[in-house]
Amino acid sequence: MTASDPVAARADDVWKVYGSGEAEVIALRGVSVTFQRGVFTAIMGPSGSGKSTLMHCLAGLDSVTRGEVRIGETTVTGLGDAGLTRLRRDKVGFIFQQFNLLPTLSAKENILLPLAIAGRKPDDAWFDTVIRTVGLQDRLEHRPAQLSGGQQQRVACARALVARPEVIFADEPTGNLDSRSGADVLGFLRDSVRQHGQTIVMVTHDPVAASYADRVIFLADGAVVDELHDPSPDMVLDRMKKLDAPAEVER
Amino acid sequence: MLRATLKSLLARKVRLLLSGLAVVLGVMFVAGSFVLTDTLSRSFDSIFSDAYSQTDVTVAGKPKVEVSELDGESVPAPVPASAVDTVAALPGVAQARGMVAADGATLIGSNGKAVGSFGPPQLGENWLGENALTQLREGRGPTADDEIVINKGLAEAGKVAVGDRVGVLTLDAKQRTFTIVGTFGYSGDRDSLGGVNEIAFTDPVAQQLMLGRTGLFTSIDVKGTDGTDPATLKERVAAALGADYNVRTGEEAAADDAQGLKDGLGFFNNILLGFAGIALFVGIFLIINTFSIVVAQRTRELALLRAVGASRRQVIGSVLTEAVVIGVVASVIGTAAGIGVGALLANLAARFADGLSLAGIGVPPVALIASFAVGLIVTIVAAVTPALRASRIPPIAAMQDVATPDRPLTKITTLGAIVSAAAGALLGIGLYADGGLMLVAGGVLLAFVGVALLTPVLSRPVVGLLGRLFSWSVPGKLGRLNSGRNPRRTAITAAALMVGIALVTGVGVIASSAKTSIAGSIDSMDAQLIIQGTQTGPRPPTFDPTVVERAKAVPGVRDAVGVASDLAKVDGEQQFVTSVTDAAVIPAIYGSTAVAGDITRQGPDQAIVNAETATERGWAVGSVLTVQLTRGEEHRYTVSGIAPTDKSIGEIMLPAAAMADFAQPTLSLGFVRLDEGTPVASVQPQVEALVADNPLVSVIDQATFTQQQSDMLDQVLVMIQILLALAILIAVLGIVNTLALSVMERTRELGLLRAIGLGRAATMRMITVEAVVISVFGALLGVVVGGGLGAAVVRALRDQGFTDLTLPWSTIGIYLAVAALVGCVAAILPSIRAARLNVLGAIAHE
Ligand SMILES: Nc1ncnc2c1ncn2[C@@H]1O[C@H](COP(=O)(O)OP(=O)(O)OP(=O)(O)O)[C@@H](O)[C@H]1O
Ligand SMILES: [Mg+2]
Repeated sequence: MTASDPVAARADDVWKVYGSGEAEVIALRGVSVTFQRGVFTAIMGPSGSGKSTLMHCLAGLDSVTRGEVRIGETTVTGLGDAGLTRLRRDKVGFIFQQFNLLPTLSAKENILLPLAIAGRKPDDAWFDTVIRTVGLQDRLEHRPAQLSGGQQQRVACARALVARPEVIFADEPTGNLDSRSGADVLGFLRDSVRQHGQTIVMVTHDPVAASYADRVIFLADGAVVDELHDPSPDMVLDRMKKLDAPAEVER
Repeated sequence: MLRATLKSLLARKVRLLLSGLAVVLGVMFVAGSFVLTDTLSRSFDSIFSDAYSQTDVTVAGKPKVEVSELDGESVPAPVPASAVDTVAALPGVAQARGMVAADGATLIGSNGKAVGSFGPPQLGENWLGENALTQLREGRGPTADDEIVINKGLAEAGKVAVGDRVGVLTLDAKQRTFTIVGTFGYSGDRDSLGGVNEIAFTDPVAQQLMLGRTGLFTSIDVKGTDGTDPATLKERVAAALGADYNVRTGEEAAADDAQGLKDGLGFFNNILLGFAGIALFVGIFLIINTFSIVVAQRTRELALLRAVGASRRQVIGSVLTEAVVIGVVASVIGTAAGIGVGALLANLAARFADGLSLAGIGVPPVALIASFAVGLIVTIVAAVTPALRASRIPPIAAMQDVATPDRPLTKITTLGAIVSAAAGALLGIGLYADGGLMLVAGGVLLAFVGVALLTPVLSRPVVGLLGRLFSWSVPGKLGRLNSGRNPRRTAITAAALMVGIALVTGVGVIASSAKTSIAGSIDSMDAQLIIQGTQTGPRPPTFDPTVVERAKAVPGVRDAVGVASDLAKVDGEQQFVTSVTDAAVIPAIYGSTAVAGDITRQGPDQAIVNAETATERGWAVGSVLTVQLTRGEEHRYTVSGIAPTDKSIGEIMLPAAAMADFAQPTLSLGFVRLDEGTPVASVQPQVEALVADNPLVSVIDQATFTQQQSDMLDQVLVMIQILLALAILIAVLGIVNTLALSVMERTRELGLLRAIGLGRAATMRMITVEAVVISVFGALLGVVVGGGLGAAVVRALRDQGFTDLTLPWSTIGIYLAVAALVGCVAAILPSIRAARLNVLGAIAHE
């Protein structure tokens, strides 16, 4: 990774085919997309359009059928389990829709877990910054069961941020939260991009959530069909309606 | 509802397989023991019915001392030659022959070593010629006094052949040399009857050597004239001989003799069943755990059932139905496996006691009934608590993302304390107030249950502490946290291992205490050499009393004493008696003083008893005892002294003259005291020379004697450990099961960990740490509980010579190390499973 390299992650003509014969599903058909360093990207699209699949392929959680995926300077395609594990440990952060934390560990331990696994020392100043950003100062010793859903999700964000990965992938991180907590989480995801140059790729269904991003990519039927920069919720909603319409006509 | 149950059962078959396996193993043990003992007992039947196949009626003297089956065989009173004549003269008798057949004739093989036997007797007998059963294989019958024939099996075992000059040891303990003039076998090309070794002499030699005097027989073998009914003949013979004889038809005798062996087998069977019981007891823990975890994992499903209208009872029914299905399947498999194991062991036994031809593998109905009953009951009993818990799941749980709250441990802890206290009370009464073995066993069982109930509370601090050892690495720390997160689950898994480890530790403590106590008492004895036989058959080898007299004459020897022992009837009850060549030497050897009376002198009609027996039977100095020995008439002895229990020889010590009426009228043990300062090595060879003609008897120093005793204990210990290994194996299955279920339950968690960068190896290490923490925790509990139980037993037996309490630290260390290893092994499959987990699938897992 060199600072001059402006690309944090990219997909080149990525195909993903599930099953074979009758049961064959083409989830991605030749997706090529580049994620710039320090940019907050949202991926949108109708249900079943391949958003999660694309994210999983980018993050090395799933293999691609054809094409190439790179994170920073690492070619993800073709890595074995050990390589993928190292990639996830050192270059990628995750925030899932739910079940993001280990119930046995305190909030602080959860946040520091990726660093502990990697055997890296946390940067105290950065840790404090992250904690302050997510507003968890007085919740650090609590267990996940003692935290609200929003707080848990903030812990998950802090965990992803604290390791300063190349890219953070988030799959509907606010899907389980009310609008208030959702806004909080999205707010500091955006802040971490703006203030600290973090790269984030987020899958979402919510136009409001997407409007926090710098750029929105629209997927339909396994292909990138559109793109927006500096979106507002209305713009996003508008595009989404257009995407849904032909699908309904097809049926 | 039934369909739903069966469907969900099938869906989780792997999960239940392991819990079923515990039942399978337990049931296998039960069925196996029954099949083994049944097969052996029917084989014995056929041996004895063969042995008596040529006999219509058999006559023996009534034994003077009826010995209980566990202590050995009753020796019948000999039959005089005149009785044989009386019977021969009776109408309907075609032939009446005096038979000599007594256990205790040992052949010295071509390698100079005695040919031993494991169980079957070594008969010395008179040669009665061939018949439909007995057939000469080579040579002829003995005609001169120095000629013998032996059975073919014995000839092969001793590698001797017709024409060889061989040594034979008999009851009079002197080795004599004979020429083998023939070998014989039995119809059906058998080389022995059930592995019995037989040496046949001419009549007078057999009488002299086996019964001590010519003109005596062991029994009369009567053959009736054609058409005479054996039962009628029996009446006639009995009437002619009177009440002193035991007259039986051949069939009755075969049944009686077989019964004796069968009683022994029954006892053996009970021991095996006891171990099966322990294994199944451990199995209960395993099944409780499996069902509890499965119920916890099915919370949503069960709640949904409740929500759509299933009643509590139906939910309980559903869980119990599962238990029944598992119980039945496991019982079927276990019984089948048990039949196989029983057959295998029976074949092994037959090969071991070669010549025992198996009467076909039999599956007695009781084996089937017991196996199924045990398999079903164990499974159902274990499923009751989880079933009740399942029924308490509220329908609302179907709608919620249930994080099963940690239920408080107060109730279970209180119950545990109560049960433990009850166990303590039971053990106290059983051990210290002589409440009997059942009370002690019950107490031990209760103690296990009590400790198991207390284990959840203990698990928090102990597991935390144990886990510290591994906390230096992230996987280690995660493993520690995982093992502490569900105290009940951890506890019950650990408790299963505790039972096995506690039992081996307890036995180990008793054995090591016995060893040090024996070593201590041997050390403190003022007897530097011990004359003793190596037992190769049912009776200890003996040596001639003159050996002791001649030992006294060896320079450097201060004193020597010989001991003979037997079972006698004393005031109507069976009692272990000894006869010593010189009573005065005993207290000198032990350095003991009388509890009452005088133990340094003994008149011809005096008996010295030990303190425990005196208390038990209410004897004091001056009491008169009526003693019936194996031979001779009743004799009265007056108690002249009471010796301390742990420093006496036998329960009742009779004067030297009594020895003549013992079943073996020779010495089985001798002590030699040396002059102060005489080196043992300078005297030992000369004493050894005195018994040189008897390869079964050796002269050993104190260290060797101690070693022999502790070797014997070690053998017993190893056997117990092997049998308890089954219980430990089941506990290991429990750990595997708990881990496997936990891995499944935490699929998403594992996925998350893998997603944020935990490697495969680290994942495996995490699971392994969890397993090791659980198993070491179980072993620690077991060691503590077992050590406590063992110590209690040793303390309670202090009067019986358990003077020292020794903890076998090295063995305990080994158990703990083995437990750690067991944890690693148990973790293999679950951790591989965890490491193989598809990260993506795990995260999406519902
Ligand atoms: N493991 C799989 N096996 C077969 N088909 C799959 C698998 N995973 C996804 N698919 C299919 O691939 C397509 C894309 O799925 P994906 O999960 O990426 O959609 P998505 O855009 O994330 O939808 P949603 O918004 O509902 O989460 C769908 O048609 C889906 O049915
Ligand atoms: Mg999706």
